[in-house]
Amino acid sequence: METASAVDSYLAQTDTDNLCLTFRLGDQDYGIAISKVQEIREWTKVTPLPSSPPYIRGMLNLRGAIVPVIDLRLRFGLDALERDSSTVIIVVNVGNRLAGILVDTVSDVISVDHGQRRALPEFEGHANRRFIEGLAQIDDRLMVLLNVDQLVAPEDLASASPPAGEPDQRRAV
Amino acid sequence: MAIDIRQFHQTFFDESQEGLVSMESALLQIEQGLSANLPCGAVATDPEVLNTIFRVVHSIKGGASTFGFGWVADFSHLLETLLDDVRAGSRQVDRHTAGLLLRSVDCLRILLVNARSGKPVNAAAIEEVNAELETLHLTPLRAAGSGVAVAGTGGPRAWKIRFIPKPGLFYSGNDPLRVLRELSALGELRIETDLARLPPWADLDPETCYLGWKLELSGNVTREAITEVFSWVTGECELEVDPILDRPSPPEIANAAPRGAEDDQAKSRGTSIRVSTSKMDTLVDIVGELVITQTILNQTVAQIGPDSLPRLSAGLAQLERNLRELQENVMRIRMLPIGFVFNRLPRLVRDISQQLGKQVELKISGEATELDKTVIERISDPLLHMVRNSLDHGIETPQVRHAAGKPETACIRIDASQRGGHVIVEIEDDGRGLDQDKILQRAVERGLVPNNAKLSAEQIAELVFLPGFTTADSVSDLSGRGVGLDVVRSNIHSLGGNIDVRSQAGHGTHFTIRLPLTLAILDGLGVQVGAQTYILPITSITESMALAQDQIRCLPGGEEIFQFRHEYVPLIRLRRVFGGVPGVDDSNAGIVVVVEANGRRAGLLVDDLLGQQQIVIKSLESHYRRVDGISAATILGDGTVALILDIGGLVCAVAAPALNLNSTQPAAVSWPSSQPSAPVRALH
Repeated sequence: METASAVDSYLAQTDTDNLCLTFRLGDQDYGIAISKVQEIREWTKVTPLPSSPPYIRGMLNLRGAIVPVIDLRLRFGLDALERDSSTVIIVVNVGNRLAGILVDTVSDVISVDHGQRRALPEFEGHANRRFIEGLAQIDDRLMVLLNVDQLVAPEDLASASPPAGEPDQRRAV
Repeated sequence: MAIDIRQFHQTFFDESQEGLVSMESALLQIEQGLSANLPCGAVATDPEVLNTIFRVVHSIKGGASTFGFGWVADFSHLLETLLDDVRAGSRQVDRHTAGLLLRSVDCLRILLVNARSGKPVNAAAIEEVNAELETLHLTPLRAAGSGVAVAGTGGPRAWKIRFIPKPGLFYSGNDPLRVLRELSALGELRIETDLARLPPWADLDPETCYLGWKLELSGNVTREAITEVFSWVTGECELEVDPILDRPSPPEIANAAPRGAEDDQAKSRGTSIRVSTSKMDTLVDIVGELVITQTILNQTVAQIGPDSLPRLSAGLAQLERNLRELQENVMRIRMLPIGFVFNRLPRLVRDISQQLGKQVELKISGEATELDKTVIERISDPLLHMVRNSLDHGIETPQVRHAAGKPETACIRIDASQRGGHVIVEIEDDGRGLDQDKILQRAVERGLVPNNAKLSAEQIAELVFLPGFTTADSVSDLSGRGVGLDVVRSNIHSLGGNIDVRSQAGHGTHFTIRLPLTLAILDGLGVQVGAQTYILPITSITESMALAQDQIRCLPGGEEIFQFRHEYVPLIRLRRVFGGVPGVDDSNAGIVVVVEANGRRAGLLVDDLLGQQQIVIKSLESHYRRVDGISAATILGDGTVALILDIGGLVCAVAAPALNLNSTQPAAVSWPSSQPSAPVRALH
């Protein structure tokens, strides 16, 4: 919830269009537009969903709404990680559809201005390409800006197999 | 301040549609009265019925002119003029006029729909009725019927009118001044203001009407002309209209119209509430939330020390009681009487029986039985379809009936009643019944049943629900287009209900539909599978039983079956289906719940039964998508999500082996079909 208040104070003083919530998966930094973020929750048990791709960790009760939680590690074909206290669910709101995104840890809310954005090199046929909106150079670190709409698009969630990586059959909760 | 008048359009259309429904039923009532009496049609019509019709047309005319729907206004004006003659007693309603008026109702419907969507009007059909109305209007009026209890045409020289508006008159948008002006246009008007109710200046509320009037209107004015002036304020005022005559006037008639109108308004206020569905859905959600909170509290109490227990339990008991009350009330908002659907039937039966040359009497009962709005909306088309079916296939022509020694007029009986958590709708006709041989023959022709199949009477009757089944020899306007009872059945199944048919050749057919009262809350049985809790709808459960491993037979394809009563049913190991932890699915340790959907049975192997509870249904699709084998989700007492199993989908997913242990025993009909579990298809 401290993060939420940090967001609030930022919203008050900065142009929200350029604001990104940054988080980490493994060693890589990612950012998503703050305008899509509804809240950040600590990791709670979710109910696994049968006949769904492994990266759908299950359904979360968000004050009465049944919301799917996407494990971004599995989505991007990384190894599953044991959940710890820093593991959080970022709840995003895209066109009135809610979805939870499970990430290792949230880092910060930063402003990414035009000068910091970098072009994305073309790489052929990579399935995860559509999730990437662009790159940004923040100090000496490279951050991947994600397209949230694409990430939680219902037709995308419907695809039965993970786009990359080994199919992880574990449904640890 | 500019008011966007379009915001009132919706209300106008809704009210007009409602009005047309009551006008239609009034006209059918008149028509029935005509056929019950002398064929010449010279019968006195109940003035209240006429008034109902008149009021509807009048309001539509008024609304249409206000909102600028010229076509509607013109058409209803012509209609109103005609009705005015009828009401004044100078014209009588015969069969032709009643039929024409019914067609006018259709025209008004079309005009209103077009006005709503802004589409151009299909002028030809309207013109035709319009022309007929004109012709009728121009024909010389017959002498006033003696039976019609309307004031004579001679009329008194003057009228004494006492007009006391209710204090809230202004809130309904009415202005007494308008009434007075209109009256003065009719003749010479003497006005005396009644100041008795006027409060002291300090207490005066400018938006309240305190004044009343005693009026004397002289000149050759009919009572109708006066009541028409007051027609907008009926129910909003005390109104007495007395003729000033030497002879005493019949006072009960003088007051009949306004009082009747008041009654009617009160009635319609009681029967129709317009609340936007989204608002109601929110309320339903909140109540669902409360139900969950209560469950959470209950569990907390279970773990707390003994000293605080009595107080907490008392509080909880109260919460539970309040909650139940709230829940019932909120659910009641969504409940509508099934009469909303039944209302459409008399007209349908009249039109189709005329078209087919059959004589049919429709008996409707239980209209007041209430059902969830969604259920009402989705049951409407299947119900109309079944009545249409019954008229087309079931009921014979009068000649055939006569030859069979049955009364020439057939009877279709429709009844609704509530039994427990369900509403039972019965549709019964005394027609020819289902022709067993023909059905079986047709089913074999279409490859739905093996050639040499021996089926019991119930099984044959069940065949009419199979997709692609029709016994109609030719495709008619009404049925036989391949959209049949299978769609009716899948519609009813998708609502969580079921349908049965009983029939006796030569004596009629009897359909029984069972519908849930509501779709928002469900009685469920919690079952444990691995670490997860799943919910089974109670309505789909037949029985739960222990099953020893050696009672399970394995088919060559790997499917497992076991004997249940006199049939073999497939066993579904939920752990395997849901790709959970393999291993402990030894049936000796588990419990088999036998479920039934779409006329098929299956056994679900679960780890344990957790108990029955009321659950609030939450859609998975609002934030995710449909999931095979899961119909929805709910939230358990500990706040976690539990999934509700889609029994229909699960049962369909396993091929049902149609094996009979003992061929003399009737087995459940279990035909392999590719039909999905609950397709919601529109009828026609």
